[in-house]
Amino acid sequence: MLDFTYHRPASVADAAKIVGEIEDAKLMAGGMTLIPTMKQRLASPSDIVDLGRIPELKGIRRDGADLVIGAMTRHADVASSALVREAIPALASLAGQIGDPAVRHRGTIGGSISNADPAADYPAGVVGLDAVVETNQRQIAADDFFTGLFDTALEPGEIVTGVRFRAPDAANYQKLRHPASGYAVVGVMVARFGSNIRVAITGAGPSVFRAMEMEAALSAKFAVESLAGVSIDAADLLSDMHASADYRAHVVGVLAKRAVAAIS
Amino acid sequence: MNVTLTVNGQAISRDVEPRMLLAEFLRDELRLTGTHVGCDTTQCGCCIVHLDGEAVKSCTLFAVQADGSKVTTIEGLAGTDGALHPVQAAFREHHGLQCGFCTPGMVMMGADIVRRIPGADDETVRHELEGNICRCTGYQGIVEAIVDAAAQARS
Amino acid sequence: MGQFGIGQPVRRKEDIRLLTGKGRYTDDVHVDGQVWAAFVRSPHAHADIRGIDIAAALESPGVTHVFTGADLEAGGVQPLLYDLPFKDRNGKPMFKPARRILPTDRARFGGEPLALVLAETAEQAKAGAELVEIDFEPLPCVTSTARAGDPDAPVLYPEHGSNVAVHWENRAPDEIDALIAGAAHKVSVDLVNNRLVVAPMEPRCAVADYDAASDVITLYTPTQGIMTMQTAFAALLNIPKNKLRIVAQDVGGGFGIRSKRYPESIAVAWAAKKIGRPVKWRGDRSETFVSDYHGRDQVNHAVMGLDRDGRVLALRLETIVNVGGYCGDNGPRLPIDGGGRIIPCGYDIEKFYFSVKPVYTNTVPTDTYRGAGRPEANFIMERLMDAAADATGLSRIEVRRRNLIPTSKLPYRTQMDFVYDSGDFIGTMDMTVKEADWDGFAARRAESEKRGKLRGIGIASFVEQAGGRPTEEMRVKLEADGSATVYAGTFSHGQGHETVYAQMVEDFLGIPFDQVKLVQGDSDTTPVGGIGTFGSRSSMMGGVAIRRSCNQIIIKGKRIAAHLLQAEESQVRFEEGLFKVNVSSVSIQEVARAAADPSKLPEGMKAGLDENYLFEREPDAMNFPNGCHICEVEVDPDLGIVQIVKYTAVDDCGVVLNPLLVHGQVYGGVAQGIGQALTEDAVYDETSGQLLAGSFMDYGMPRAHHFPHMVAHFNESQPCKTNDLGVKGAGEAGACGAPPAFVSAVVDALSPYGVKHIDMPLTPERVWRAIADAKSKRAA
Repeated sequence: MLDFTYHRPASVADAAKIVGEIEDAKLMAGGMTLIPTMKQRLASPSDIVDLGRIPELKGIRRDGADLVIGAMTRHADVASSALVREAIPALASLAGQIGDPAVRHRGTIGGSISNADPAADYPAGVVGLDAVVETNQRQIAADDFFTGLFDTALEPGEIVTGVRFRAPDAANYQKLRHPASGYAVVGVMVARFGSNIRVAITGAGPSVFRAMEMEAALSAKFAVESLAGVSIDAADLLSDMHASADYRAHVVGVLAKRAVAAIS
Repeated sequence: MNVTLTVNGQAISRDVEPRMLLAEFLRDELRLTGTHVGCDTTQCGCCIVHLDGEAVKSCTLFAVQADGSKVTTIEGLAGTDGALHPVQAAFREHHGLQCGFCTPGMVMMGADIVRRIPGADDETVRHELEGNICRCTGYQGIVEAIVDAAAQARS
Repeated sequence: MGQFGIGQPVRRKEDIRLLTGKGRYTDDVHVDGQVWAAFVRSPHAHADIRGIDIAAALESPGVTHVFTGADLEAGGVQPLLYDLPFKDRNGKPMFKPARRILPTDRARFGGEPLALVLAETAEQAKAGAELVEIDFEPLPCVTSTARAGDPDAPVLYPEHGSNVAVHWENRAPDEIDALIAGAAHKVSVDLVNNRLVVAPMEPRCAVADYDAASDVITLYTPTQGIMTMQTAFAALLNIPKNKLRIVAQDVGGGFGIRSKRYPESIAVAWAAKKIGRPVKWRGDRSETFVSDYHGRDQVNHAVMGLDRDGRVLALRLETIVNVGGYCGDNGPRLPIDGGGRIIPCGYDIEKFYFSVKPVYTNTVPTDTYRGAGRPEANFIMERLMDAAADATGLSRIEVRRRNLIPTSKLPYRTQMDFVYDSGDFIGTMDMTVKEADWDGFAARRAESEKRGKLRGIGIASFVEQAGGRPTEEMRVKLEADGSATVYAGTFSHGQGHETVYAQMVEDFLGIPFDQVKLVQGDSDTTPVGGIGTFGSRSSMMGGVAIRRSCNQIIIKGKRIAAHLLQAEESQVRFEEGLFKVNVSSVSIQEVARAAADPSKLPEGMKAGLDENYLFEREPDAMNFPNGCHICEVEVDPDLGIVQIVKYTAVDDCGVVLNPLLVHGQVYGGVAQGIGQALTEDAVYDETSGQLLAGSFMDYGMPRAHHFPHMVAHFNESQPCKTNDLGVKGAGEAGACGAPPAFVSAVVDALSPYGVKHIDMPLTPERVWRAIADAKSKRAA
């Protein structure tokens, strides 16, 4: 790993100032992806801006009907939060399935979504639950946030400060775990907001996406049988040594049905 | 840059390169070689230590991030009188180790599981060990040991 | 015997040290003044090397030296040559090219080391390695085992003209083919025995320190046999053995690959002497993925003919083994006179044809991995037996019962010239069937079905072979304080020898368990005849050598005791630590004290009670651990996920010295076998020749949640008849039993769909696809 200059700002404003001034500076949240990437020399930032000591980025709070999770809130905290478990148990469950317990003690929601790994779990939660990503500059609807493989709508210097969730009537997250990495080969979040149904899929494609046909079918009637005959086109999906696109397309269907069954 | 922290109850202050990982800091700077490095992708768990009381993978953490924190390594888990921690004792009783390389991480993870989930059963422990790889034991003795220690913690 | 004697589940001595962070592995060795090594590795699977430019690397901060193969060879370093005597039926010997430590002309697998960079820090060495410029001319590559021998496959060694090293056959096939053609039932299987990354948890390291005054290089390295390594490495370095000291304290797992001749270790040892500074190399995990020997990697085609009653008449077996870019110390040996020699395992089959083609490919060389050919052999036989059950309509248990060698036929000399001395193959199977509640399976299947799961049960009966090299030396020394020290030629790296050998000495000499110390891991103190720990041999070879060393101590002790008690030597009996003459006695500790004092010894006797024994077993006196494993799985038919829900093992390891430790060996072996069958697969990209499963992010190591709480028992009714202790090897059985039992179970679960076989590893996609294919076949 190449050496770098380490910064530990105490506020979001300070962090933004550093990344604004240093072109090659990289924000670091939990570091669970960044550090292994640096070890392999796939990333060699000149500067690291550690967001770990910014109190305003941490914690889970209710804001009216919403639940706001600070960007630096760790997966373990979301998984065990009484607030989250009560309001959106599917989100707590999702967080509890990320990586392993030690990783969940470091990894954060803000880091996960900013990195936008196509196989990460949180993107399915954020998109499926129709969350709003809050940054130091604006609010970004989940549907607009994830723009591609490891790509988001974040501008240079823009820092995720939190994610605002509204509680669905019901939601469920199903995951087929990668046998080695523990990432999602396929992860499906199904959420019901009244008659509005959202189905977000991670792992299967180059970026999280919504299964529109499934959503339409489920919005017409929220039942497992509504998904019969609705399939995902394998042509758009990833294929690798662990799962072909065909298989991923099939798994999306199975997991979506299971998620619907769990909350029907 | 300077990093000041407490390791196994002892105050430590050192100047380190920012890129130094906590695992390297413990092993190379402090010569606490009980913490092992078994992979470079945050998968194996050999390097697990407790950071402010919680299990973390010290290979995926810069030493500077631990500034001001309390770190416990396998060397600091037993009591000051030398009495084994219940998880350590249970590993010996249940033959939870063979070559011993994954053992420090397994024990530190085991202690973390026991702390969080007293009374954890076989299935729970197996899932909690997702981030720890052992190549020798088939996990049988490891799981038995942690379940045993978790049962003791509840009683 | 006491609570620490043979047969007791004694808790391990080594545990306190290893549980408190006081283990000492090679990476824990730090020598003042050390420089760090990094290797430049081939990014190509296959490429000619036109030139190596080290100038930029030498300018890199902290870099002290850069060496290529030319430097090493100018310094006397020898290439790896292979002692592999195989010939084809016409007497043409196997093609076994030398492997250069750091080649300068051609790279034959991705990751092959090509240059060595030394620097003041590890990071500087890595940065320097990135600056070594190698002018490559990439060549087409081949990685596929099945296709390596094709006429149009790229050839690794143009001078040989083919990737097939030899076509070895045990005999002419004609008679066998005729028997099979005329058989009432004919079954065949095509199998892939998948390539595995061995991945002991401690990544490979080497630290070398040269002392100019004595001209000795000390090499700290993980190993499985100190003296074996010393002999091999000294030869490669072209120095006398006594100028190379090998030291290993704790070693983080071996599984067969630790004692091999690795180019990195040789280069590091040579460099330390060359530059006069200690050199340390620590392999990253990702680096060990492409530089540690891999395991398995065979394709097998087997055909078997059976009579109307389901008795096997003849077997024809063809194996291609992928040995990688170079031979490997034992790679081509494994299917032939390594583990493959165990064919036809526990079955009474006298007529068989057996053909092996080792092939070179642009992959990491393969070598011994837990079982070393026996898991592959047993997998073939067990898949055939399941196919035979299917063809004959007999149950899987019955077809095995009809073909397993009955105890009454023992000793039994196989066609491959092994002599099975002891075993109760059918009895062991019956025990397992009972312990696993095979008869209650239908009810469990029905219960699973209610939850939407397909349940299957699978069985594997296996015989393997332990022994390896035919000699081992151990030394037992009684100290003047009455304690004992065992100097071992074997090398414990997880097996618990510190404990088991102490149990033995307590048993044999009556010296308390906690006063027995083990010394191993340093060529300065290891008995010169030491070989090491592999092939499940430590108890049967090292244990017997300890027994006989102790016997010699007792003989000498009796003379001393006779002198002390003023009796005739012939009157002295030795019982539980006491030398007795009538009612008077003297303890072994008192005798040991006396032995240290020449004034108390009989005239002419040398002081000390310190005996070595170089044990050489009879050629036939190997042993044949065997067992039966039954696995039960639940399959999620929608996703193809397989979960093992019950696992029952009964192993015949002869006399069990410490059940706690032997159970540990069984569970560990099973886990590696299940890993192979369920999650592990060292997949190469056939076009680029790159290892796709190149780290723990892609290579599925088995985890705790893959296993249920396993149940293991022993059949102890059949002590080995060919060694003093009655022991049989215990290290590798699990890896033999688990893959076939597991695959049998999954295929059984999918029997409603008519699925007959799925290649390992049985990933969710493969299982799902097998179901989907079977469904569409039925629909068609």
